[in-house]
Amino acid sequence: MGGGIMNHEEALNQIAAYIDNELSISEADTLAKHIADCKVCQLEYETQINTISLVKKNANYFEATPMFLSQLDQSIHESVGKSTPKNVIQKRWNINFGISWANIGTMMISLIALVWSTSLFLAIPNTEERLTDELISSHVRSLQVDHLSDVISTDKHTVKPWFNGKVDFSPSVIDFAESGFPLEGGRLDYVNGKTVAVLIYRHNKHAINLYVWPENNKDHQIKEESRHGFNAFQWVYQGMQYWMISDLEEGKLESFANRVQDEIIKSRPQG
Amino acid sequence: MIKLVLTDEIWKLAMNESNRKQRFQTTVMPHINSAFNLARWLTRGNQEAEDIVQEAYLRAYKFFDSFHGEDGRVWLLGIVRNTFYTWHHQNKLQTQFVEFDEELHGSEANENLRDDEYNPENILIQKDNQRIIQNALNQLPIEFREVMVMRELEELSYKQIAEITQVPMGTVMSRLGRGRKQLATLLHSGINNGGGHNEP
Ligand SMILES: [Zn+2]
Repeated sequence: MGGGIMNHEEALNQIAAYIDNELSISEADTLAKHIADCKVCQLEYETQINTISLVKKNANYFEATPMFLSQLDQSIHESVGKSTPKNVIQKRWNINFGISWANIGTMMISLIALVWSTSLFLAIPNTEERLTDELISSHVRSLQVDHLSDVISTDKHTVKPWFNGKVDFSPSVIDFAESGFPLEGGRLDYVNGKTVAVLIYRHNKHAINLYVWPENNKDHQIKEESRHGFNAFQWVYQGMQYWMISDLEEGKLESFANRVQDEIIKSRPQG
Repeated sequence: MIKLVLTDEIWKLAMNESNRKQRFQTTVMPHINSAFNLARWLTRGNQEAEDIVQEAYLRAYKFFDSFHGEDGRVWLLGIVRNTFYTWHHQNKLQTQFVEFDEELHGSEANENLRDDEYNPENILIQKDNQRIIQNALNQLPIEFREVMVMRELEELSYKQIAEITQVPMGTVMSRLGRGRKQLATLLHSGINNGGGHNEP
């Protein structure tokens, strides 16, 4: 779109770009000279300027509704189970172990569903959240592999001694069956670089993992650390760190955490 | 033991999926309103726009590996536009019928709106202006309407619009010029004829 004298058709065509600041300085210069001498191009220039301002001022900017946003999130969520990783796993594990694809598929989908169960605007995890992630991942694994308990017993007198010699601390083992939270058993897990004791409770169909390990932190009250659609509460009492994780509804889990904390304090009074 | 190793493996993959989702959320998700606005102007209907955007997002997520961190909005709008054209061509017979129908409604609406001609204040109030501009824009051929929405409402550069529409920048320029001129003509005749067409 060269410089110098320009013909009228060429000028007319460039007026849009002139208005939108999309011409080079020399092109704009040449065009400006033509417009100054051409009534038709002046009219075209004014018409376009007016039209642009009318559109900018009056044309609706349509925004997605919140309802549509959640629907969209849901449909992406549902599509994820069908995406690439499945093939990778199918190939690898079917050949090597002949494990039924159906089971792995179920695991995969529920894990990915877990990862997806957060809302649209997920924050990037910081160091504090990494421990939560690790514990939730441990919690999920325990559900996925029928590895909930190493010792299955509803009797605290069986569960408590089971930890002896396996860890160098003795977790408080209390049954809450009468409040609808029966003790189901215990297991060892490896979290945050150390072996920890895990007590398993159940409320209706929800498994609740209570992680216990010695920690040099000061005592602190129950704090909520829920993530990835799992609810988590943690506290420190007398040099012991407690983490309670479940997919049980937040309010119920919190009151159970309070209940457990109270009973532990009663069983290990201060001083 | 095998079971544990296996789930670790799956967990790792799930975590990769999580990272992918996070990248998607920071680069593509924020442009949801741009996507919806473009789809709404292309389809001229809310439900249709939602269908297009939903399908476009599923495609975007599926082909997210082909996105190399360029301009997320341009990348997404290109997919929205392609999704729209696929849908548009598939529904061509139906669409032609609907457009014919719209025109029928339009002329009826024109008859009803004749009164407005004698009441110029009506034309000046904001709501009416919005309706008039919307009707006029909706009557523009799609190739003009889409560049005007991208330029006037999204304020995209010619380079970005050229990338989304897959045409040279010179074509973007001439479509914008012609679109603006046609719109001015439509608005002029619309006001003289009593407010233009009604929304279908
Ligand atoms: Zn001229």
